Amino acid sequence: MNQQDLESRFQDKIDREVKIEAKDWMPDAYRKTLIRQISQHAHSEVVGMLPEGNWITRAPSLRRKAALLAKVQDEGGHGLYLYAAAETMGVSRDQLLDELHTGKAKYSSIFNYPALSWADMGAIGWLVDGAAIMNQVMLQRTSYGPYSRAMIRICKEESFHQRQGYEILLTLVRGSAEQKAMAQDSLNRWWWPSLMMFGPSDAESTHSAQSMAWKIKRKSNDVLRQAFVDATVPQAQYLGLTIPDPDLKWNEETGHWEFGPIDWDEFWNVVKGNGICNRQRLRDRVNAHEEGAWVRDAALAYAEKKQARKAVVTP
Amino acid sequence: MKDWPLWEVFIRSRNGLDHKHVGSLHAADWEMAIENARDVYTRRNEGVSIWVVESKYIHASDPEEQDSMFESARDKVYRHPTFYDIPDEVGHM
Repeated sequence: MNQQDLESRFQDKIDREVKIEAKDWMPDAYRKTLIRQISQHAHSEVVGMLPEGNWITRAPSLRRKAALLAKVQDEGGHGLYLYAAAETMGVSRDQLLDELHTGKAKYSSIFNYPALSWADMGAIGWLVDGAAIMNQVMLQRTSYGPYSRAMIRICKEESFHQRQGYEILLTLVRGSAEQKAMAQDSLNRWWWPSLMMFGPSDAESTHSAQSMAWKIKRKSNDVLRQAFVDATVPQAQYLGLTIPDPDLKWNEETGHWEFGPIDWDEFWNVVKGNGICNRQRLRDRVNAHEEGAWVRDAALAYAEKKQARKAVVTP
Repeated sequence: MKDWPLWEVFIRSRNGLDHKHVGSLHAADWEMAIENARDVYTRRNEGVSIWVVESKYIHASDPEEQDSMFESARDKVYRHPTFYDIPDEVGHM
């Protein structure tokens, strides 16, 4: 079969909603796009543990501490599901980590913002995980089987992340004036970066059209962003907090919340590495990997020793 | 550094059901693979039993040959109960 036939048969499968599996033929560009997207997603889960890890020892109660630990542990697991999905496409784990550590691969820019107060653990769960869930719910139906299955597993686990975050804020807004102010300050800092998580607007997004045709993505950045705003505004109202957007208003006709312009200069600046925490996050990640090298080596040496001993003992 | 080998993980969600493939992970040996599988794939009581097998020992049919591989079953409708006409009066069979 020639290249063109293979490609049209591939597109036909996509159009008929037949999932693509690891050993199936696929265009190089499809493979490349998915490796980039899945590994970027995996890196985000892993780097996403860093701003929260800092608060585990500072959680205000055992209940909050257990929840935060469980959330961070989930994120490690989610990173693993995603790396494994990327590996089915023929890249090695080492290669993927190397690209993260050398700065060649990106992760979600949201994690380059600092988590300054305990309220940020609430805002991250509510807004950052909330925005991620919008995207991940869509990706459960993505055309690549291993990615889709990883997403289904992740979505099952993710909803507690958002709920525990919202509960943290709910507790703060019902507390002292200072606690409520802390919650408001946190919303002020996380709102716009959360909207940026959906990526550039459809007109500016370079990968979108092809990704939609391949059904890697099933909804555009702007559609997902709007769905997030519509879902989140009433939740902010319930908390009695003010969303930091003077242009925010309900449009009776469209049934959507209209919001003000996003500062894309800030977005691109953080993507390019100039966010508040870019250097710190990467340094922490590289340190964790390098300082853990002896554990990985030792585990392998021990496994080999056990194997060798067994070979001697069994006749 | 040498990579830890890749393992496929199968979990029985409760007795009476088959082990089902749930994903994969890297581990130095089978014991570590089972421990890691417990930590990532059964954090919410998803299983009562875990199998792991090193991925290199799994052999798979070729997706390119899917059509010829499974073709012979396609025209054998007589293998299905609905192929046979039994009058309604006979009742459930």
